[in-house]
Amino acid sequence: MTSLDKPGAATGPRAGRPRRRRVGTANRRGVPLPLLLPGVLALAFLLLPLFALLVRAPWRGLPDQLTSAEVWQALQLSLVSATAATAVSLVLGVPLAWLLARTEFPGRGLVRALVTLPLVLPPVVGGVALLLALGRNGVIGRWLDAWFGITLPFTTTGVVIAEAFVAMPFLVISVEGTLRAADPRYEEAATTLGASRFTAFRRVTLPLIAPGIAAGAVLAWARALGEFGATITFAGNFPGRTQTMPLAVYLALQNDPEAAISLSLVLLTVSIAVLAGLRDRWMTTS
Amino acid sequence: MTTPRPESTDGTGPCRSPAATTDGTEPSRAPAATTDATHPAPRPAATTARTGPAPRPTADPHQPSGLDAHLVVDRGAFRLDVTVHAAPGEVLALLGPNGAGKTTALRALAGLTPLTDGHLRLDGTPLAHTPPESRPVGVVFQDYLLFPHLSALDNVAFGPRCQGVRKAEARAQAATWLDRMGLAAHAGAKPRDLSGGQAQRVALARALATRPRLLLLDEPLAALDARTRLEVRAQLRRHLAEFEAVSVLVTHDPLDAMVLADRLVVVEHGRVVQQGTPADIARRPRTDYIARLVGLNLYRGQAAGHTVRLDTGPSVTTTEELSGPVFVAFPPSAVTLFRDRPSGASARNLWRCEVAGLETHGDQIRADLTGELPLAADLTTAAAAELGLHPGAPVWATVKATQTHAYPD
Repeated sequence: MTSLDKPGAATGPRAGRPRRRRVGTANRRGVPLPLLLPGVLALAFLLLPLFALLVRAPWRGLPDQLTSAEVWQALQLSLVSATAATAVSLVLGVPLAWLLARTEFPGRGLVRALVTLPLVLPPVVGGVALLLALGRNGVIGRWLDAWFGITLPFTTTGVVIAEAFVAMPFLVISVEGTLRAADPRYEEAATTLGASRFTAFRRVTLPLIAPGIAAGAVLAWARALGEFGATITFAGNFPGRTQTMPLAVYLALQNDPEAAISLSLVLLTVSIAVLAGLRDRWMTTS
Repeated sequence: MTTPRPESTDGTGPCRSPAATTDGTEPSRAPAATTDATHPAPRPAATTARTGPAPRPTADPHQPSGLDAHLVVDRGAFRLDVTVHAAPGEVLALLGPNGAGKTTALRALAGLTPLTDGHLRLDGTPLAHTPPESRPVGVVFQDYLLFPHLSALDNVAFGPRCQGVRKAEARAQAATWLDRMGLAAHAGAKPRDLSGGQAQRVALARALATRPRLLLLDEPLAALDARTRLEVRAQLRRHLAEFEAVSVLVTHDPLDAMVLADRLVVVEHGRVVQQGTPADIARRPRTDYIARLVGLNLYRGQAAGHTVRLDTGPSVTTTEELSGPVFVAFPPSAVTLFRDRPSGASARNLWRCEVAGLETHGDQIRADLTGELPLAADLTTAAAAELGLHPGAPVWATVKATQTHAYPD
C-alpha cells in the first residue's frame, strides 16, 4: 500500500472496511497453485486414513468389542506400562536434561547427540539392542540373571523398559529446551540465599520449568503408549503380560479386523486427548 | 554440595526479631528525604541519620571486622583488579561506567564468579574459596530475581528456610521483614503483581532475612522509573543506614552513589581510579569520567604560583598557590560567555571557543565548547538567546579565578 491510500483510510471507518476485505482476497489470490495443490493434497493424505477409520468403525458392535476381556486387558496394560515408562523417564530424564543444560563437561555435544539417537533409531533396532544388553545372555542381563535371578525380556517390566528407552529422549529434549530458556540467575539468587545447588534446583528451577516437564511427560507418555517395534522385539506378545494396545491391534488385524478398528479408535481418542492437552503449548507458538 | 552454612547456627537458634532494630527509624526519614534533592551535595545529613554504632572510619585493612578484599578476575581480554575495604555499618558504592567491571566485582564478592587471584575476608574469615551458599552474603540483584512461583512472603522466607529454620518460624520472620519494609499488605502477592518499588523492597527483605554480614546491591534503582526511583532511593537509604554490617552497592548513577553511600570507589577498566567520600570526589575528581559525572570541567597541568599551565596549552589562573602537577576544576555554572571579546576584562582566564553543541538541563542550557580550552558552560535560556548561540558560533569564555579549584595531582 502506498501513502496515497492513507487519505482514504482517514475518511472514516466506512472507507476502511471494504479495503480490508480487498486485502483478504488479494492474499488468497496470491497463493501460487504449485504450493496450494500439494498442500491440500498433503492435508487430505494425513486426514483421509483417520476419516476412513471413523467411516468403517463398527459403531454398533463397539460397546461389546471394547468391553471384551482381551481389549480391556491390553488397554490396562498399555496405560499402566506407558505411565510407568513416563515415570522412569521423569526420574532419570529430568536430571539428565539438567546436566546437559547446566553443566560443562567434555563431550557434551556428543552426549546430547547420543541421547537423541533413540528418536531416529528404528524401534525394532532398539528392541534388538535392548535384548543384547538386558536379554538373558545379554551384556548386563547375564549378570542380572546369574546374581539376582532377574529376567527382563518378555515380562511386563520389559515392556516398561522398551517404552522408556524409546520415550525418554522426547522428555529429555523437551526439558532441556525449557531449562535453556529459563534464566539460570534464579538458581544463582537461590544460592546466595543459602540454598545448595540441589535445593536451588528442587525449590526454584523445578517449579519454574514445571510446564516444560509436563509437556515433555505427555509427549513421552504418548510415544510410550504407541510403542510397537521395541516392545514386540524385547518383550514379545503375551496377552495379559506384554501385549499392549498396538500389539493387540496388529494381532487382531490378522483374524478379527473389526476388533482392530475398535482398538484403533481407542488409541485415536487418546491421541486427540493428548493433542488437546498440549494445545496451548504447541499450537499457539506457531 | 550441601555444605552447611556457617551462619546456620545463627539462623536456627532463637532468632532475634528483626523488628528490634526498627526503633528510631522515623526521625531518620526526614534527613534522608532532603538529601534526595537533585544536587549530589555532600551529606552532613547522612551522619546524623545513621543509627549505627560509631562513626564510620575508613576501614583499616588490618582490622579483623568488616570487608577486606582484593579481587582479581581474569577474563581473557578483561582483567578486574580492585582492592576494597569497608568497616561494619559502612555503605560503599562501586561507581563506574558500563563495562568497568563493577558487576564482576560484585559477583566475585558473592562467590558467583571465582577469583583468579587475591583474597576475600569478611570479619576476619577467609571466604575466597567458600561456595556462594555458604557465604554470609546477601544479594539484591538488578532485576531482583524474585522467584515468580513464590509469594512475597515465601520469597523472603526462602533464605531462613535454607538455613534450617522451621517453616512456620521462617514465615513469621519473613512477615516481620515485610512489615518492616511496609509491605505487610502484600505478603501474599506474587512478584508479578508487585510494582517495581515493592519488588525492590521484597528483594531487599529477602537478602536481609539471611542476616548477612555483607549486603550486595547491583544497580538497586536502575530498574525503576524516575518517579519511583526518588521515593525508593530515600527508603533504601534508610534501610542501609539501619543495616549494621557492610553494604556494597554497584551503580553507574553518581546521584545514587552519592545519596546512598558513605564512600565511593570509582572503577574504570577494571581498576580503582579514585576513592573517597562523595563530597571529596565531587570536589576533587581525578578522571574525566568522574568530572563529567559530577558536572565539572577538569584539566591537568603544571602549577607555578597562581598560574597553572595546562597540558593542552592554555593557562588558568587560580586562587590556590601550588607548584608541580595539579588538577584544575571549575563548574560549568562558573563560566561566563560573550559574543565579542570583553573589552574591560583582563586577559586572564579568557579563551576563544566555538559552540560544539547545546542541550537543555532543566531550565538551564549546557553549552559544549571546543577551541582553546574545551569546556562545558551553563547559562540561562534567555542568555543563550541573547548571545544567539548555535552550533558553530564563536564565543569568548571567562572564569573568575575565585571560581576555580586547583589541587595536587
